[in-house]
Amino acid sequence: MEIIHSARPLYAMAVSAVAVVLIGFSYERPNLREFWTILAAVVKFAIVMSMVPAVLDGKTIEYSLVTILPGLEIGFKVDPMGILFAATASFLWILTSFYSIGYMRTLKEHAQTRYFMCFAATMTATIGAAFAANMFTLFLFYEAITLCTFPLVGHKETPEARAGARKYIVYLLGTSLAFQLFAIFLTYNAAGTLEFSSQGILAGTASKTMLTVIFVLFIAGIAKAGIMPFHNWLPAAMVAPTPVSALLHAVAVVKTGVFSILRVLFFVFGTDLLVDLDIGTAAAYFVSFTIIMASFVALTKDNLKARLAYSTVSQLSYIVLGALLLTPSSAVGGIVHIANHAFSKITLFFCAGHIYAAAHKTNISQLGGIARRMPWTMAAFFIASLSMIGVPPVAGFVSKWYLAVGSVEALNYPVLVVLLASTMLNAAYFLPITYKAFFEREKEDEYHHGEEVREIPIMAIPLVLTAVGSVIIGLYPDYFIALAREVIR
Amino acid sequence: MIELIIGKYNYWIYIALMMIGFYAMIAKENLIKKIIGMNIFQTAVILFYISMSKVRGGTAPIEWEHAVRYENPLPHVLMLTAIVVSVSTTAVALALVIRIYKAFGSIEEDKILEMKGDRTGKTPESVL
Amino acid sequence: MISAENLPILVIIIPLISAIITPLVGRIHRSIGWLVALLATSLSFAYSLALIRSVMENGPISYWLGGWEPPWGIEYVVTPFNGLVLCVVSFITIVITLYARKSIEQDVSESKIPFFYSLYLLFFTGLMGIVITGDIFNLYVFIEISALSGYALVAMGRERDALIASYNYLILGTIGASFIVLGIGYLYMVTGTLNMADLSARLPELYDSTTVRSAFAFFMVGLSLKLALFPFHIWLPNVYTHSPSTVSALMAATSTKVSAYVLLRLMFTVYRPEFVLTVVPVTKILLVLAALAIIIGSVIALAQTNIKRMLAYSSVGQIGYIILGASIANQASMTGSLMHIFNHALMKGSLFMVVGAMVYRTGIVNIEDMRGMGKKMPFAMAAFTIGALSMIGFPFTVGFVSKWYLAVGALKADMWYFIPIILLSSLLTAVYFWRIVEAIYFREKSEKLAGLPSEPAEAPFGMTATTLFLSLLCIVFGIAAFIPTKVAAAAAKLLLGG
Repeated sequence: MEIIHSARPLYAMAVSAVAVVLIGFSYERPNLREFWTILAAVVKFAIVMSMVPAVLDGKTIEYSLVTILPGLEIGFKVDPMGILFAATASFLWILTSFYSIGYMRTLKEHAQTRYFMCFAATMTATIGAAFAANMFTLFLFYEAITLCTFPLVGHKETPEARAGARKYIVYLLGTSLAFQLFAIFLTYNAAGTLEFSSQGILAGTASKTMLTVIFVLFIAGIAKAGIMPFHNWLPAAMVAPTPVSALLHAVAVVKTGVFSILRVLFFVFGTDLLVDLDIGTAAAYFVSFTIIMASFVALTKDNLKARLAYSTVSQLSYIVLGALLLTPSSAVGGIVHIANHAFSKITLFFCAGHIYAAAHKTNISQLGGIARRMPWTMAAFFIASLSMIGVPPVAGFVSKWYLAVGSVEALNYPVLVVLLASTMLNAAYFLPITYKAFFEREKEDEYHHGEEVREIPIMAIPLVLTAVGSVIIGLYPDYFIALAREVIR
Repeated sequence: MIELIIGKYNYWIYIALMMIGFYAMIAKENLIKKIIGMNIFQTAVILFYISMSKVRGGTAPIEWEHAVRYENPLPHVLMLTAIVVSVSTTAVALALVIRIYKAFGSIEEDKILEMKGDRTGKTPESVL
Repeated sequence: MISAENLPILVIIIPLISAIITPLVGRIHRSIGWLVALLATSLSFAYSLALIRSVMENGPISYWLGGWEPPWGIEYVVTPFNGLVLCVVSFITIVITLYARKSIEQDVSESKIPFFYSLYLLFFTGLMGIVITGDIFNLYVFIEISALSGYALVAMGRERDALIASYNYLILGTIGASFIVLGIGYLYMVTGTLNMADLSARLPELYDSTTVRSAFAFFMVGLSLKLALFPFHIWLPNVYTHSPSTVSALMAATSTKVSAYVLLRLMFTVYRPEFVLTVVPVTKILLVLAALAIIIGSVIALAQTNIKRMLAYSSVGQIGYIILGASIANQASMTGSLMHIFNHALMKGSLFMVVGAMVYRTGIVNIEDMRGMGKKMPFAMAAFTIGALSMIGFPFTVGFVSKWYLAVGALKADMWYFIPIILLSSLLTAVYFWRIVEAIYFREKSEKLAGLPSEPAEAPFGMTATTLFLSLLCIVFGIAAFIPTKVAAAAAKLLLGG
């Protein structure tokens, strides 16, 4: 495997860090300030994409930034899994930036400078996590994401927002300090290093009990992946403005969580060790519980964002499940779902925010007939729902297919049942929304002020684009699948 | 056994003094009495050192042609320092007590604790 | 005049003489007192740096006071261990001196300011003397110098509670010092020497003597009182809460660390590791006390409403970390312990300085009243946030470095159960710091804060700049950790019998 030494991963990460400063200084000129955000997003995406050809070719790009202590190094490594995550995140940031501008200006939100600064900072940390070469760097950026998103979650500064933000940080910081850090210490003690390696670093270093303990600690400590019972922060974080929920909780924060788990599973433990330890199956069942349970809870929620939140919890566990089944196909399914879910979920959240901004409606029961006034939005919503359910030709189908094939490969039929059941549950809680929007009558109630409810272009275009993106990825998944296959080789 | 008690009487005296002083420092509520206890405590330590320096059959440590053995002057010297420290500490402590009396109006510890800001939840009064 | 061989004594003499002349020159203008203090501490710091550089290259330095040969004369010894502490103490003191100017003008009445600086320099002299001396009775003398000036410094606080805090500190401190001198007497009685190196050579054959063991017991208790190791920490919260802000910052950053230094020096250099680990396994007791300090300190800190008191209890916990690392006594954990002496000085120093800046401008010490402070004093609160992150142990900050070493050391010693304790206290620290960070940035101004005029907002430049500088160092040394770590590792090796 050829290694290229280049500072490009650092640049990709640092672009938005520079933007944070520029945004801060432009606080008096909103248009200039927004320009920095867009510019940074585009440049970041460009730098990330420029590294894709090399990665597809089988090479990795490495860069070592600084050694803090012997054994603790801040280093970057661009490999297939990282570039998949980074490409998805950076592309979606561009769209989210436009959407954010529309959302914030329509609602005349306060503290916009702080908002955009924290957004840029979070993206810095996300790309940093995507390209992390060792567990320490990953942990550093994982925690940095928590910090940077805290002001975003509590943005509205109402008591509910504060309570939600507090819950958010308690769950994330608590689990990462108590469990993840412990696991990192134990890993370092056992393996003597924290560098990611495709064969894993823990093989043969400690007893089975110790390795299982480390495994459990990692799973418990990476609460960003939303595995029950540490998922509560996700619905609590829905107090954030919708663009925040869209990018961060459909793409950046939660994907960093599952990404970290995948890194731990594949690059710290290694598939061979996991097979040896025989924990894959038990963990797979544990995660399946989340998939089903979250779907049931989603059914009960009337608040649109809450329903989407629980849907996210459920979908994230697909990714983890894919990895835990320990077969090539399921792993591919899990990894491509990072991208597929990102595109689809962000569409759904964009729609939710757009509905709130344009029509001031938050609950599903209020959405009767809204498709008449917001056709593009609801069409996009419908497409994204299909992706969640797993209907061809939309993206979600690809992931589900590979997961199903993988579970058959693993001779794990209960998991197959879980997949089918959750597909049906997904349908049960998504389709009614579309139906209501298109086919029900508009209610005359206190929410209908008689004003014109119109779609706002700057918000509508991004969500249409992401919906279309979902379809494109569904039809031409080869790019992502190729990357995913590279990972498991 | 007798040898232990009578022979080492110097140590017993210093232990007794030390305990008296220690008790006074901790148990007495009057601030001045605490300082007295502190003095007794430190005196005990000083006496201990001095008693350490005695050499049987020794004379004062000044050069003298008929001297067979000299007593150890070093602990005396060290204790000069310790006495100075003790005096300074007492001086600082007494100065503090005067200020406390002016600020609180009492030198009984329990009364002062009642008046102390944090206990009653009041912001502490300024002395400036 | 400033020849390299005289450096060890100059480090002490210059602040000492400056302390004496300050009240005289201070009559001309009150700022001169401050200037003298600044000059003296800067010179001491420069000399300390020169000393540590020389020591790292050429090996330990030995200086004979008055030319008298040890063990009859008093000897000053500089090794990587005390060289590190010398640099840390003098550096922090310079920064705090720069900070002190405006803060003291508000806290102390004008005629007393020269005396304040005189006491300040005496305190500093005492600390430096403790660190550099190689004679055990000289150690006691310097302990008392710093202690007495410390008592007086504390009593200069604004509130009358400072007086009673100082008095209690005096009583407990004197008990501690008297125990120490008693221990010294016992040791002298059986070995006939007061020189630490000489003691270290003579003690091994006397390990079974009850006298030596009692001496050790007295030292332990006396130093634990000075160090504020749980359960001897009772004086600390009141002292830190009621003394002037500058004094709190200085004491939090230096005096307990120096006492920790003395403890380590005694345990590992004078008494040798075999004694403390096997003959009288006091490390086992210290481990328990350290763990208790860590947990209980954090828990009680949670319950506080006064921010200075909260930081004080937090310090009690942090001292537990230092003792924990020392008691596990392997290379990694000892390095962590020594690093924590440095790191905690940075962190707590900057946090207390932030509080001082806040008190200067707004007089607020209550956490409830701090709501919305982020809008009023953004720089000071930025420094606070950095300090808070460092205390929690975020990667990239110095707090993480210490915790890393302690954890690695604990694992290497198969004492993995200390890691949950460390992590638990990190969590508790996160709770009590984060609620403040949340309050200062994401809340409306409290009534008290809103009632104040909005200009001027930040504390004076000298105060804010030094505070930010110190907290930025928390990040700098969190990244460039290998610089102090190298020295700490060398010192650890020395202590553990290298």
